[in-house]
Amino acid sequence: MCCMTDSDMPVIDSKTLRQKIKENSIRLVDVRREQEYQQGHITNAINLPLAKLLADDSAEAIQKIAQDLGISDETSVVVYDDTFGALSSRVVWALQYIGHKDAKLLDVTFSQWKSLGYEISTEVPEIESAIHSININPDIMATAEYLEKAKENKNVVIIDNRERLNYLEQHIPGAINIPYRTLASDDKILRTKEGMKNLLKNRGISEDAEIITYCGSVGTLSGLAYYAMKSVGLPNVKLYVHSFKEWKNLEKPIDKQENANYWDLSAE
Amino acid sequence: MAQQLRPSKPADKKPKIDWSRRQEAEHFAETVKLFRQGKVDPDMFRRFRLQNGAYGTRMTDDYAMVRIKVPAGQVYPYQLEKIAQLSEMYSIGSAHFSTRENIQLHWVVLEDVSEIMQSLSDVGMTSREACGNTVRNVMCSPLSGVCKDEIFDATPYAMAIAKFMLRNPICQGLPRKFKFNFTCCEKHGMVRIVDVGLIPQIQEIDGEKRKGFKIFLGGGLGNRSFIGHQLEDFTPVEDLLYTSMAVIRIFDRLGDRKNLVRNRMRYLVNDMGWEKFQNLVLKERAIVKATQSVIVKLNVDETKNEIRRPISVSNDVASVPDGFARWQKTNVEKQSQDGFNSVFIGLESGDITANQLRSVAEIIRDYSAEGFARNGFSQNIVIRYVHDDDLKSMYSKLLESGLAKTGSLTMASAVGCSGTTSCNLALTNSHRLAKEVQRKFLELKLDEDDDLKDSTVKISGCPNSCGQHEIATIGFYGGGGRHEDNMFPNYTMSIGGRFDQGSMLGHHTARVPVKRVIPVILKIIELFKENKQSDDTLAKWIDRIVNGNESSKISSVEDIKKEISSLLIPPKVEDEPEFYMDYGSDTNYHTITGKGECAA
Repeated sequence: MCCMTDSDMPVIDSKTLRQKIKENSIRLVDVRREQEYQQGHITNAINLPLAKLLADDSAEAIQKIAQDLGISDETSVVVYDDTFGALSSRVVWALQYIGHKDAKLLDVTFSQWKSLGYEISTEVPEIESAIHSININPDIMATAEYLEKAKENKNVVIIDNRERLNYLEQHIPGAINIPYRTLASDDKILRTKEGMKNLLKNRGISEDAEIITYCGSVGTLSGLAYYAMKSVGLPNVKLYVHSFKEWKNLEKPIDKQENANYWDLSAE
Repeated sequence: MAQQLRPSKPADKKPKIDWSRRQEAEHFAETVKLFRQGKVDPDMFRRFRLQNGAYGTRMTDDYAMVRIKVPAGQVYPYQLEKIAQLSEMYSIGSAHFSTRENIQLHWVVLEDVSEIMQSLSDVGMTSREACGNTVRNVMCSPLSGVCKDEIFDATPYAMAIAKFMLRNPICQGLPRKFKFNFTCCEKHGMVRIVDVGLIPQIQEIDGEKRKGFKIFLGGGLGNRSFIGHQLEDFTPVEDLLYTSMAVIRIFDRLGDRKNLVRNRMRYLVNDMGWEKFQNLVLKERAIVKATQSVIVKLNVDETKNEIRRPISVSNDVASVPDGFARWQKTNVEKQSQDGFNSVFIGLESGDITANQLRSVAEIIRDYSAEGFARNGFSQNIVIRYVHDDDLKSMYSKLLESGLAKTGSLTMASAVGCSGTTSCNLALTNSHRLAKEVQRKFLELKLDEDDDLKDSTVKISGCPNSCGQHEIATIGFYGGGGRHEDNMFPNYTMSIGGRFDQGSMLGHHTARVPVKRVIPVILKIIELFKENKQSDDTLAKWIDRIVNGNESSKISSVEDIKKEISSLLIPPKVEDEPEFYMDYGSDTNYHTITGKGECAA
């Protein structure tokens, strides 16, 4: 934990990214919808709507997507979105899952980038496809089966990243709730390291705990949480990528906060 | 003509007082940790937690409610934006405006409370002494400073008292909570239902006009409620602090620290008798004055707030938006300042989403010439100093954010405490019931009915009066009823409560099953319409009935009871299963409560 270097950090700041864009030394991926991308994106970015990845997230499909985007095993990749970093987290995680070593999140959203006045373009860069291998990284993924066994272990912390009311209504037994909104700072997709460490310290989560994050259905919000944990150097974090939707479909046990009508406090 | 550039918005106004103390957050986090490790006695921890504004939550030790104190209800746009963010990060994505001008965040993980406290420091706010046996949020009428009937603006005095009492050693361990309410006039405040209530007065003494207050002591609502007594004809402002200190000292010394269910100051006043208590206060005040080695003064800041109308955005509105007249009639009050208005934003039971909070902040910046808002007494927000010419434009902005609910100044804006949505003591979902009542009133357009304008509906989820049911024209508190083998939520209805100069508690009238509450209210309105005099209002009619001054067909509480009795009979469970369920629940009702913390 003490020895994390910048290259281990899952995020890259705007200043460094601008330099890399100039050097043309990275592959920049925009995971917003195609229309949004067409209206303007960070210079040199290519578009990968998240839906395309979610349509089939087998290792082979991810490999094909990477190759089509010109991402080889050695390519430095940076991903951004306009959804507080949750969609880009899911993409970076998928790349790392098939063994890609150098993929990072931009530490701001597209809107924040724009409001900083940085380069935007409507030009679509020409891409040559590349060759990418598959080298599955099983340590960063949790299945329902794995989670069910692991949660009996005292050193495992399951974190539900959905909003509080959804969590109160139903959650995986033993899970704690850190809503995804808690992970950001005012102007970045993630808190400062100090802020994040403080949150975990208050919650009594030790640095050597095994963490499993999950959210509603496809591992986006929990993907962001995965990188929030990685950003402070937690060594053992897994994403339960198919999340609560699968858990329910499998008819696994569910806990709820009983005897209170908390939904009626919401003004939604 | 060259196009005129629109100047950018002026910077946010900043409050005069920073209520926060940053190191309290860290101390809180440390203490929570020790408590979880079993190193702090649970009772001690509870007192500490409450002192810091974190209240317990229904049926769980994992969560707390954080009550953010807003002295005099004065809140700034950037503070609302911070609260919006905190509600999304640590709470349920909505915040709650209380009847005592606090803003509450519910279902906060206890371990996250310190993070909220930390962030509140960033915007000069605190939750310190918002709960527990302390001087609670010092209230002031949301119309103080703009009310047509006020003699002078009490706000600087409310702020000064709040500042003096916060973290003051004399009020860290009172026998029980202690409440101050300042008002502008008789109509807009609730001075007779709190420990110390104050109405501004001016009296000519030796040819000199002197500011002062009418002070009321020993009122309060709860399991047993009392109306406050006026201390003396006139208390000059110079004596405000001494009088307050004298009262607190007496309460601290003589208040009941053993019997937790009847230890508010009103019980002391009642047990001792008013005259004796009154003498004691006057004597104590003389002692406080005489023995003060250093002259202690309230720091009253009466510099005028800058009133600067924001750049007009009004010419953007081409036509009168739909519903504007109804909204203006039921939500807007003319100010004593020519051309300006106070706009009431009604919320359902005080709830507001994070995005709506952000909209309110933006609307304050765009439309309020004083640059802040005031929380109201009825779970609402008041934006003041809105220019006549800007009302239409502001209305369309409120509409866009779902904040243009009509009827804020009418009977339609029912008050409901948090009930079973979060409170340990609650027996029923009073919070949701108040929302249902409001929705029905608006659906039937009863907010437009002038006969109902000065009436109120207030609902508590148990007998403890957080929903202030006893001062409502029609009030309810929750309990359980049984028919054959089944339980159902059953409310006790009282009528004729008032909180103005004729303050009185409502008369218990009947027990009303939850699913009959709305039909019973509508039936009472119908009876009123059949029997009213010209120029009558529902509140006046009920007032005559409960005081034996009504001579028409319905002349007593018993008569009303008779008329509604057919509505009160429980149906068979198979004929109407919903009768046996509370609002917001799809299972049969049963009572369940935890330990209350009001008396902690």
